[in-house]
Amino acid sequence: MRTLFQFNGGVHPAEHKQESSTQDIACAPLPTQLIVPLQQHIGQRAKPLVQVGDSVLKGQMIGQADGATSCAVHAPTSGRVSAIGEAPVPHPSGLPDLCITITPDGAEQWVERTPLDYQSMSPTEVRKHLRDFGLAGLGGAVFPSHVKLNLGKLAKVPTLILNGAECEPWITCDDRLMRERTADIVAGAKIMQHLLNADEVLIGIEDNKPQAIAAMRAACADARFEVIAVPTLYPSGGAKQLTKILTGKEPPSGGRSSDIGVQIFNVATAYSVARAVLHGEPLISRIVTVTGNVDQPRNYEVLLGTPVKELVALASPRNDTQGYIMGGPMMGFTLPSDAVPVTKASNCLIASSPKLFPPPPPALPCIRCTQCAQACPVNLQPQDLYWFSRGREFGKAQEYNLFDCIECGCCDYVCPSHIPLVQYYRFAKGEIWAREREKQQADLARERHEFRLQRIEREKKERADKLAAKTQGSKAPSANAEADPKKAAIQAAIERAKLKRAGVMPQNVENLPVETLKEIKEIEARRAQLKQAMEKQPDTPNS
Amino acid sequence: MSTALLIMIGLALFLGLVLGYAAIKFKVTESPLVQKIDAILPQTQCGQCGFPGCKPYATAIAAGEADINQCPPGGEEGIRKLAELLGVDPKPLNAEHGAPKPKSVAVIDENLCIGCTLCIQACPVDAILGTAKHMHTVIAKECTGCELCIPPCPVDCISMQVVQEDLATWKSKYPLYAIRSA
Ligand code: SF4
Ligand code: SF4
Ligand code: SF4
Ligand code: SF4
Repeated sequence: MRTLFQFNGGVHPAEHKQESSTQDIACAPLPTQLIVPLQQHIGQRAKPLVQVGDSVLKGQMIGQADGATSCAVHAPTSGRVSAIGEAPVPHPSGLPDLCITITPDGAEQWVERTPLDYQSMSPTEVRKHLRDFGLAGLGGAVFPSHVKLNLGKLAKVPTLILNGAECEPWITCDDRLMRERTADIVAGAKIMQHLLNADEVLIGIEDNKPQAIAAMRAACADARFEVIAVPTLYPSGGAKQLTKILTGKEPPSGGRSSDIGVQIFNVATAYSVARAVLHGEPLISRIVTVTGNVDQPRNYEVLLGTPVKELVALASPRNDTQGYIMGGPMMGFTLPSDAVPVTKASNCLIASSPKLFPPPPPALPCIRCTQCAQACPVNLQPQDLYWFSRGREFGKAQEYNLFDCIECGCCDYVCPSHIPLVQYYRFAKGEIWAREREKQQADLARERHEFRLQRIEREKKERADKLAAKTQGSKAPSANAEADPKKAAIQAAIERAKLKRAGVMPQNVENLPVETLKEIKEIEARRAQLKQAMEKQPDTPNS
Repeated sequence: MSTALLIMIGLALFLGLVLGYAAIKFKVTESPLVQKIDAILPQTQCGQCGFPGCKPYATAIAAGEADINQCPPGGEEGIRKLAELLGVDPKPLNAEHGAPKPKSVAVIDENLCIGCTLCIQACPVDAILGTAKHMHTVIAKECTGCELCIPPCPVDCISMQVVQEDLATWKSKYPLYAIRSA
């Protein structure tokens, strides 16, 4: 029997798992359109490979990985590309992002699928394929898997952990996956073990999922993978928390788990690795729990890009549904609209209603009761972080390890004053990142400015030297004579541009081609916008 | 011919050496305080502080010849940091030097640009690309938003565009919620 370790704190919110965990995974029907964001992973957005009007096959790569931390996106079904442009995406900001919209033709015609003989390939080659299969962590963090599977200079990562804890309330997609698609999860784990050269494979599952544990144990018996039931305690499914529970090891503050010889993946990621490597199927669908204020909560296998609206309709949301939470109630966020698509990160959609998720009572001042510190799984001092973030003392917040905060919400959950603590941490992190970006820009500007000064200095000198050489050799050219034609040329150009501008301004432009008219309109609109912005600027100081 | 070439090469080498030497000498003589102040200044190089760039302003502050509240792009936060560094009390921005504005970049109207190169000469960070008589373009990533290129343009074709937030630059807002008075 393995000795388990315990992380600090944690909370035990109502589980709400049984609502959606009793029925098997259903296949969501083909939606009317698929909106595929090019950025579904952490890192660089994928580069589009298709054009509007192109026909695509199911599984065809439509966005190419761009840079080291990036992965591909694929057409989830066969059809035609009907649009490429900004569309709403599941993000707390509500800002749109670049998406490829596909109108399905209903034929579901696949590209050629070629399984990989991964054992005879070099790990680098396999990882390249995983990148092109679009694999990213399906637990919600969507970090490109091929990056995590890179050994780099290491000979091996001794411990591979599969995360099947699924500690957030309401979510049951991993539970159902482990019960129903056990074999492929285990096969995926074997591939990952091979790539990482790992000695042991540990699979951690919270003990509130006995069927999943039993199924996984049965399938792992001959692979000699160890399936470990861990006590149900939120957030045991946090990567660092599960690592601590299973191995007793903790990566250093700001460090990575590979620093301590551990790499951790979600069970659904292992499943998708097996589908990709053994069946040649890129990541075009995932299991999504649809639950909350609906009449028929259930898990669905959903094509990525399916509009949330069409998916949740399958579960019959009740009339008082107010919106949808993506992810769990602890770490998820309310979707800006139900027009956004399901992405690689969408593990769960919870229909919310005022009855199910009543608004928090008005907040009170912090009484420094330190209940938050007792609950924090990362051993932080949430009340201090709150204080510094609130006072915009970002340097102090960083000193108190703000960036180790996993935004699990345990502190929020226990705070008797109902302070939205995590919102403060997100705010502080955002400000710190923005300052970091500003600093980088300032450094670039300083460098370029200094370079320019040097260049001007050099040019001045060169000119002086040339002049000196010339005056010695032949007669000195008059500086004025040189300047005058230049001035005249500029003046002439000004006149020309004035004429040109006058020609652009008039509205009686009937006999111009349509495109030119459109262009003029666009430019005019932009100008008007700019003018407005310029006028507004003085009274909107940046805070 | 070959002597001319040799002279040119020799000249280039010599100038390179002079430059390199100057750079090193410059680095050594520059006081660490100036560097620390310069590191706080936003490097917009706009001259609103009354000095021809951030470094000269930093030098003046270090010499006690300029106040700390003259840089509008740095805003209140910049002043606070300067005050902290110099151990003095922060004060409000001196309105004489202008007001802070949201981050903007210059945009050249391609239809009007006459390719006069005057804006290139004005840009303190070489963020404008173009050759004589050809359309000029601003490299948005490198533009500091200093507005120095606007006055010299003979055909008024440069305007400032406020930088819009996107997914990469979006930040969580300061929390707003109901508070019960205790
Ligand atoms: S739990 Fe709430 S009230 Fe108590 S110390 Fe933490 S932030 Fe303050
Ligand atoms: S949200 Fe951050 S500070 Fe709060 S309990 Fe979780 S890790 Fe700790
Ligand atoms: S006002 Fe402009 S030039 Fe002066 S320090 Fe500030 S950014 Fe630099
Ligand atoms: S392009 Fe214009 S606004 Fe931008 S840095 Fe150069 S001179 Fe300043």
